[in-house]
Amino acid sequence: MNFSLNEEQVMLKTSARNFLEKECPKRLVREMAANKQGYSPELWKKLAELGWMGLVFPEEYGGVGSTFLDLTVVLEEMGRVLVPGPFVPTVVLAGRPILAAGTEQQKRRLIPGIANGSIIATLAFLEAGGELAASAINVRGTTHGEDFIIDGTKLFVPDAHVADYILCVIRTGDGVSKEEGVTLLLVDAKTVGIHTEVLKTLTGEKLCEVVFSNVMVPRGNILGVLGNGWQIVQRILDEAAVAECAWMTGGAQWILETTVNYARERLAFGQPIGSFQAVAHRCANMAIEVEGAISITQYAAWAISENDPEASAAASVAKAWCSEMYKHVAGDGIQVHGATGFTWDHDLNLYFKRAKTSEIAFGDGRYHRERVAAYITGEGN
Amino acid sequence: MDFNYSPQEEAFRREVRGWLAENMRELPPWWGRPDVPGPDVDSDEYRHFSFWWHRKLYDAGFVGIAWPKEYGGRGATLIEQALFNEELARHRAPGPVNVIGIGWAGPTIIAAGTEEQKKRFLPKILSAEEIWAQAFSEPGAGSDLAGIQTRAVEDGDDFVVNGQKWPTGAAERADWAILLVRTDPDAPRHRGISYLLLDMHAPGVTVRPFRWMDGDSSNCEVFLDNVRIPKTMLVGKKNLGFYVAMGTLEFERSQLGATVGRENIINDLIRTMKRTERDGQPLSQDPVLRQELAQHWIETKVMKYMGLRMLTSQLKGEATGPKANLGFVMAGESIQRLQDFAIRIIGPYGQLARGSKHAVDNGRWLRSYLTSRGVPTIGGGPVEIKRNIIAMRVLGLPRSY
Repeated sequence: MNFSLNEEQVMLKTSARNFLEKECPKRLVREMAANKQGYSPELWKKLAELGWMGLVFPEEYGGVGSTFLDLTVVLEEMGRVLVPGPFVPTVVLAGRPILAAGTEQQKRRLIPGIANGSIIATLAFLEAGGELAASAINVRGTTHGEDFIIDGTKLFVPDAHVADYILCVIRTGDGVSKEEGVTLLLVDAKTVGIHTEVLKTLTGEKLCEVVFSNVMVPRGNILGVLGNGWQIVQRILDEAAVAECAWMTGGAQWILETTVNYARERLAFGQPIGSFQAVAHRCANMAIEVEGAISITQYAAWAISENDPEASAAASVAKAWCSEMYKHVAGDGIQVHGATGFTWDHDLNLYFKRAKTSEIAFGDGRYHRERVAAYITGEGN
Repeated sequence: MDFNYSPQEEAFRREVRGWLAENMRELPPWWGRPDVPGPDVDSDEYRHFSFWWHRKLYDAGFVGIAWPKEYGGRGATLIEQALFNEELARHRAPGPVNVIGIGWAGPTIIAAGTEEQKKRFLPKILSAEEIWAQAFSEPGAGSDLAGIQTRAVEDGDDFVVNGQKWPTGAAERADWAILLVRTDPDAPRHRGISYLLLDMHAPGVTVRPFRWMDGDSSNCEVFLDNVRIPKTMLVGKKNLGFYVAMGTLEFERSQLGATVGRENIINDLIRTMKRTERDGQPLSQDPVLRQELAQHWIETKVMKYMGLRMLTSQLKGEATGPKANLGFVMAGESIQRLQDFAIRIIGPYGQLARGSKHAVDNGRWLRSYLTSRGVPTIGGGPVEIKRNIIAMRVLGLPRSY
C-alpha cells in the first residue's frame, strides 16, 4: 500500500506546473473565452510536443505509453490554470474509446494524429433532453447500403467547431432495453450535412449545437459493435468524470492557495482577516474538502488505470464529491475575498464559473449519488 | 501508487482472518445480536467479558502490533495495525480494552519516557494488567489545555499535587493516569506544565463517576489532595509537559477501523430500508433517502482514502499531526449526520430505548445517536480547535488567540 505519486509523476507534475504558469497566463484564458476558435494553436502545438496528447496511448500508436493516472496528474495542473481548448474532448472523450474499442485500422488511422496533436476530436452525446441516459439517445442512424444516414441534433458538444472527427452516439435500433441499439460512429466533421453552431456559455468554453442532416457515414466507421455502444459510453463517462475531477481538484487548489494568501495579507480592524476564526474556519473547511477531493480522485484514477472492478463506483463517488467541493470552495474563495472577489477582473470568477460547468459535466452530484445508491443497495430506482 | 498490500501484509491479514474465524466462535451468544439479551456495557459481566477477549487478542499478539518487540509489541508496521483494525471492524469483533493506555499513555512513554518507565509500564499496558485513564483537562480548562490550574510542588524526591481533573475517562477502574500539572506558575502558560504518571491508588486520589447524556456512567472526575508522585514518574522535561501531551494527541490518527465501522452502519441501514415500507414502497426506493444514503457512503469512501494518504505520509516519516485534523473534523461531523439519518430511517421506533418493547435492535441506534454528540466532535479536542490547528499549522494563517 502506497498512496502517493511516484518519482516520475512528481516530476511530471512539477514540469507541467512550471510550463503552464509560463505558457497559460489568465490573460490567455480570458482571450480564448472571447476568441472564436477558443484555443491557442501555438499552445496546442507545445502541449503536443510535450507529449501530453499521447500520454495515455501506447507507443505503437505514437503515444507515450503512460497510465490514466499519469494523465490525471497533467489534468490537475491544466485545471489549475484553466487551459482553454479541446484537450479533454480529444484525448479522453474520443481518443480513449477509440483505443479501447476501435479496430486496428481505426486505431492506426486516428490515434497517431491525436497523439501528435494534428487531429482534434470530440464526442457528441447529449441531446435536447440534456440527460446522460441511453433513453435520451434519439438521433437516428438508418442503414443505407454500405452507409449510415444520420439525422438529428446533438447539443453541448465540446469544441465541435474545430474538431476533425466527431464520435457520435446514435440510435440504430430499438431493443428490449434502451441500452440496446445505441451505436458509436466515427464521423468526419467535414462531411456534408453537418452544421455546427457555437453556443454562448458561462465560461466561454465552446459548447456546440451540431445538426446532422442526411449525413452519410460509412459502415466501417462504427466503433465497437453495432447496437452495443452503450458499454463503451459508460466507460467514457467514467473516465470523463474522473478526468473532470482531476481538473476540478487542480482549480480548487489554486483557489485555496490564493484565498489563504489573501487572508494572510488583507487587513481589517488592524489585523489580517485570516486571524478571525470566522474566516480561518471557512478556509479550514475548504482545505478539508480539497484534501478529500485529491484523495478520492487519485484513487479513482488509479482504479481506472488498473481496470479495478471498483473503478466505475469510484468514479461516481469522486464526481459526486468533487462536484460539490469545487462549487463550495469557489464560493468560499469569493466570500473571503469580499467585494474584490466578486469583480470581473479578479480571476476567482473564472473558477467560480468553471465550477458550475464542471458540476454539470458528465453528471452532477445528484446523478452520481443515485448511481452510488444503485451500487450499494443493488437496486435501481 | 498502489493500493495492493505486500505478500507479507496479506499473509498477516489472512492470519488475522483465520484467528477471528476460529476465536469468534467462543463469543457469547449476545455479541453482535441485539435480539439476544446481554449484559449492560457498564456491568461487571461485560467488563469480565471484555478482559477475557482482550487476553485472547493479547496472547495471539494482536495488541500493540506496531509497538517495539522489546516492550511486548509485535514489532510490525502501522500498515499491519491498520489492517488489523480494518479486519476487526469488518468481522464486527470486539476490540481490546485499555484504549487510553494503548493509544495514548504507551506511545507517549515510548516517545518520551525513561528506559525505566518503559520497562515498568509498557508490558502491563498491553496485557491490560494495568488500566489507564487520562487526566488532562479540568472543569476550568478543556480546549485551552494550557490554562490548567492543578498544581504540583516539589518536595524532596516527590511532586505534591493538588487540584481537580475532569473528564478523565473510566478513572474509577484505572490503575494509572497520564496527568498534566502546573509546575511553574510564573512561566509563560505553555512552559510551566509537566507530564506525570499518576498512581490512581495513591493516597489523596478521590474518584467520582458521573454520567454522560447517552447513559454511559463510566466516566469520572478526579480530585487530587496532597497526592505525592515520585519524580521518577515525570515524562520528558519538567515544565515542558504541554509539548509532550501535544505529541500524545498526535498518535491518535489511523481511521481505517472507523471507516469500516461506518460501512457496517450503512449496510445495516440498507437492510432496514429494504424491509421498511412507507407510502407503499421500501425506503430503499425513496429517491430522496437514496440521495442521502449515497452521500454517507461517499463521505465514508472519501475518508477512507484521506486516511490511507495520511497513513502513507506517516509511514514515510512525514509530520502528519496537524494534517490528520482534516480527516478528524470531517469524520466527527459526518458520523453525527449518519446517526441522525439512522434515527430518521427507523422512524418513531427511533425514540425507543434499550429494553423497551418494540425497540429496534434493542435501542442501539438511539444510544449511538446520542454518543455521536460527544467524542466525535468534542473529545480529543473539539472541532473548533482542530479547525484552528488546520488554519494555523496546515494553511499558515495567523493565530486567532
